[in-house]
Amino acid sequence: MSNKEPLFSAKNLKLLSGPLNLNNPVTVQVLGVCSALAVTVQLKPAVVMAISVIVVTAFSNLVISLLRNTIPNRIRIIVQLVVIAALVILVDQILKAFVYDVSKQLSVFVGLIITNCILMGRLEAFAMANKPWQSFVDGIGNGLGYGAILVIVSFFRELLGSGTIWGYQIIEKTGLYDLGYSNNGMFILPPMALIIIGVIIWIQRSRKRELIEKS
Amino acid sequence: MEHLLDLFVKSVFIENMIFAYFLGMCSYLAVSKTVNTSMGLGLAVIFVLGITVPIDYLIDNYLLKPGALTWLSKDFADVDLSFLSFIIFIAVIAALVQLVEMIVEKFAPALYNSLGIFLPLIAVNCAILGGSLFMQEREYQTLGEATVFGIGSGVGWLLAIIAIAAIREKIRYSNVPAPLRGLGITFIITGLMGIAFMSFMGISL
Repeated sequence: MSNKEPLFSAKNLKLLSGPLNLNNPVTVQVLGVCSALAVTVQLKPAVVMAISVIVVTAFSNLVISLLRNTIPNRIRIIVQLVVIAALVILVDQILKAFVYDVSKQLSVFVGLIITNCILMGRLEAFAMANKPWQSFVDGIGNGLGYGAILVIVSFFRELLGSGTIWGYQIIEKTGLYDLGYSNNGMFILPPMALIIIGVIIWIQRSRKRELIEKS
Repeated sequence: MEHLLDLFVKSVFIENMIFAYFLGMCSYLAVSKTVNTSMGLGLAVIFVLGITVPIDYLIDNYLLKPGALTWLSKDFADVDLSFLSFIIFIAVIAALVQLVEMIVEKFAPALYNSLGIFLPLIAVNCAILGGSLFMQEREYQTLGEATVFGIGSGVGWLLAIIAIAAIREKIRYSNVPAPLRGLGITFIITGLMGIAFMSFMGISL
């Protein structure tokens, strides 16, 4: 780690905030969509999933960055996969031990963090070429960017689909049901997650014109 | 036999990898620009899923499951190695993809040239690992079931990617709002296609 540069210099903070906005892994880099959507029916599993991904991205970036000069180029993919898989096994065992019901809900998707493209993408694009601390921050930043999308999507799906937030009956309290409002069952179904992401992309790109794709 | 056919139809349509579980979305979004390339990738996915799922089934049943090691010795009856399944499955997939690549290169150069670039990509396609993990979670009873499930999921994935590629080829001529162009509209179309696929859910097999 460099002594000249403070730990939270402007450059490092940018690594942290970039993925939340202009360089979001899901909506801009198109990474990690795979597991992003299936766990977003309710807020709670989505938050657990987001935290797991943040932990795995941060530490896999750190480990690979520490090892980056000793990994032979030809077998780097398998080395990266082994590091990621080991971290994911740790996360999976911890989830099973402490939040068993959520880990049952997430089912195979914890395991699928291994093939989450965010991990391989960031390892290849960032950790293989940067210092450990920057890579760690970059990992946290990208995990947060991914988590932000998960939380937004699951917030709307849970609120509109089941009328609850974090399991609490929000809509019931406001008395909307008595006025004839009913939950939109569509939002519980998987396709709505895709459409919500589509709308998020739409909103983000109409605010930041430079992200618009040329075709 | 009928039972296997049911399983096949179920894994192609009702539990479609993309529309019901969003697995393999990354390559699905990245490669679906033209029908030809998505056909190549889809075939490669069927191929790899059809091989890895049965192999992972054997590994799970004879090595990892609680009590799976009893064929070695009675003393291993309560050994549970299933926490190792992630790392072993991904290693099997990475190794197999490499192996398949070499075999195809040696014996079918024409196929290799058309699949070439996609084969290595498949190792990190969530649909492949997802197939193995679903196989483990749903506890299929026989090797036949696992194979049929693997191939069926692959066919479902192929169908999905070809459909979206065909739509994206056409949509190039439409006037999509600028911020929605490219990625955004693809997500929304996939969502609409997913809703169409939901109609298969009524079928009980």
